[in-house]
Amino acid sequence: MTSLLNVENLTLQFDTDEGRITAVDDVSFSLKQGEVMGLVGESGSGKSVTAKALMKLNPGNAHYSDSTKITLHLADWAVDIMSLKSSRDMQVVRGGAISMIFQEPMASFAPAISIGDQMVEQLLIHTDMTKKRAREVSIEMLDRVGISDASKRFKQFAFELSGGMRQRAMIAMALSTKPKLLIADEPTTALDVTIQAQVIDLMKDLVDDFGMGIIFITHDLGVIAQTADNVAVMYLGRIVEQGPVREVIRTPAHPYTQGLLAALPDLEDMDSPLVPIPGDIPSPLERPPGCVFHTRCSVAIAGKCNTEIPEFVQIDANHRAACHLATKGGRAS
Amino acid sequence: MSEKPLISTRDLSVHYPLRGGLIGPKPVVRAVESVSVDITRGSFFGLVGESGSGKTTFGRALLRAAPITRGSIKYDDGEVNYDLTTIDDKQLKDYRSRAQLIFQDPYAALSPRMTVRDIIAEPLQVMGLTKTREETDARVREIAAKCRLNLEHLRRFPHAFSGGQRQRISIARALVSAPQFVVADESVAALDVSIQADVLNLLKSIQQEMGLTFLFISHDLSVVAHICDHVAVMYLGRLVETAPTRELFAAPRHPYTKALLSAIPSLDPDARGTAQKLEGEIPSPTNPPPGCKFNTRCPFAIDICRKDEPKLESSGSEHNVACHRWRELAETEVPA
Repeated sequence: MTSLLNVENLTLQFDTDEGRITAVDDVSFSLKQGEVMGLVGESGSGKSVTAKALMKLNPGNAHYSDSTKITLHLADWAVDIMSLKSSRDMQVVRGGAISMIFQEPMASFAPAISIGDQMVEQLLIHTDMTKKRAREVSIEMLDRVGISDASKRFKQFAFELSGGMRQRAMIAMALSTKPKLLIADEPTTALDVTIQAQVIDLMKDLVDDFGMGIIFITHDLGVIAQTADNVAVMYLGRIVEQGPVREVIRTPAHPYTQGLLAALPDLEDMDSPLVPIPGDIPSPLERPPGCVFHTRCSVAIAGKCNTEIPEFVQIDANHRAACHLATKGGRAS
Repeated sequence: MSEKPLISTRDLSVHYPLRGGLIGPKPVVRAVESVSVDITRGSFFGLVGESGSGKTTFGRALLRAAPITRGSIKYDDGEVNYDLTTIDDKQLKDYRSRAQLIFQDPYAALSPRMTVRDIIAEPLQVMGLTKTREETDARVREIAAKCRLNLEHLRRFPHAFSGGQRQRISIARALVSAPQFVVADESVAALDVSIQADVLNLLKSIQQEMGLTFLFISHDLSVVAHICDHVAVMYLGRLVETAPTRELFAAPRHPYTKALLSAIPSLDPDARGTAQKLEGEIPSPTNPPPGCKFNTRCPFAIDICRKDEPKLESSGSEHNVACHRWRELAETEVPA
């Protein structure tokens, strides 16, 4: 598979009233065509900000470091995202080569414009279709994502659809421009489990059909296990562990990943107690020195973990963890 | 655990009228329909279902915070017993101190302009449970310590706290009046997993220590499996299955319960695509289908399911199910 996206040394800070805070710290990853990468972490871990950075969608008080390099490989062109300045230049990427679907479909559709008009509008901007053709394509897409009576739904407004239907329409809209990369930010979190299962199935089908790369952001490791090929676990703006989904979930090497898994209620073993990760995620204003996780880590070594930032340790061919205690082929414990 | 019910409902229905047209009967939302259930004293009773299933309305009805259209709710904690359909104002005031609610969103539930101490103390003052400031302070400190809040933080405002700490403040406020019955409505749904485990452990230990009865409303079956000893599954205002937790998860009988269980994303990457998928969505409660309310999505529905509504019937000790076909399905079907 060919490379689609390379992110190198992404560091992103925000100016706030209380000072400059680091939201993403030295994050690197890459994505191939047709690959689904899961980005997992708790609230405040920087996963959404990282995804938005790929389209430079973060607000004006965001500062990217000079070392940040994001490259998107299109068929005939390697786009250097950081060098795009005007919003006109960005149009190639935003909604064109990269589409995004959000957690709250109700908040993502304009309430006073019909679903169909919104879909047509973006096709007119990003493609050279005629209005008539854009209409046909939109209705086809709505049909493709399993919305029955698509030509009727095309004329309806977001409030007329149920939650699951809205998320399907959102996916139809995001895919109608045939993006190379789809960013899905907690697309199933607001849905009931039965509907979530339907949407996950739909997304898997679409990857097979369209062959785009997907970055799937979620806090739910179960959803990741069911959808992703590879996974990156984020904590306080840093990737602490990444690798193939089987290895990360079955043999987690970073104490944070281990903690996340232990905190999950397991239906197979109802008697095992739930083990919370002690403490809370620190405020970004009080970023811990050394390993960002050391304040909550049960195996932290005083004098090392609280002073030295851990380098990535290669656990296996594609599996690595940023922990002083991680060893090749083994796990910290 | 004593076997007497603390709360017992019979044919409980909550309907909300909608603004209708000028002619014909006014449409009503049948949020809860003919629910009969006993919640045993000292139990941790789980109520699960999708959004729109009526679980929140049911919880509110038990707190006398939703209008009761039909049926009865009886409360008996050994000290007092009330019939909530005929309760008078004076008794209702007393009931309010015995039955409390913990909300879902700890960011919305706490007033940003009150200190933590005042937030926790408010129920005591409103209900007139304490006479002096010293007495109030003592109660607040006692419950705050039980909820593992740092006592030095009582003078701070809620904005200084994280989600997990805020939820512990909400719990302390709900428990300060020493209630017997607590409704926890999606109380961990807004929390991160690492914090969720902590709050669940806290609820369980407090429940055991204080001998409380909990109604734990949740859409998350794996959470319910861990904390509850009895579970009721709701669909479109009706109970479709109730059973002790172990029994329900080991041998679910209703096709809806089975579908809910199999829709939980498994942590095993090799279990992909094995789930039994449910088609469609929950119908509108203003216009429910005739017969079994689940027939529009049920893979096993036959003619009788579209005509007659099944009654909740016993299918073994303490295990009740409302399905015309549970017997044959239990015999023929492979487990979900």
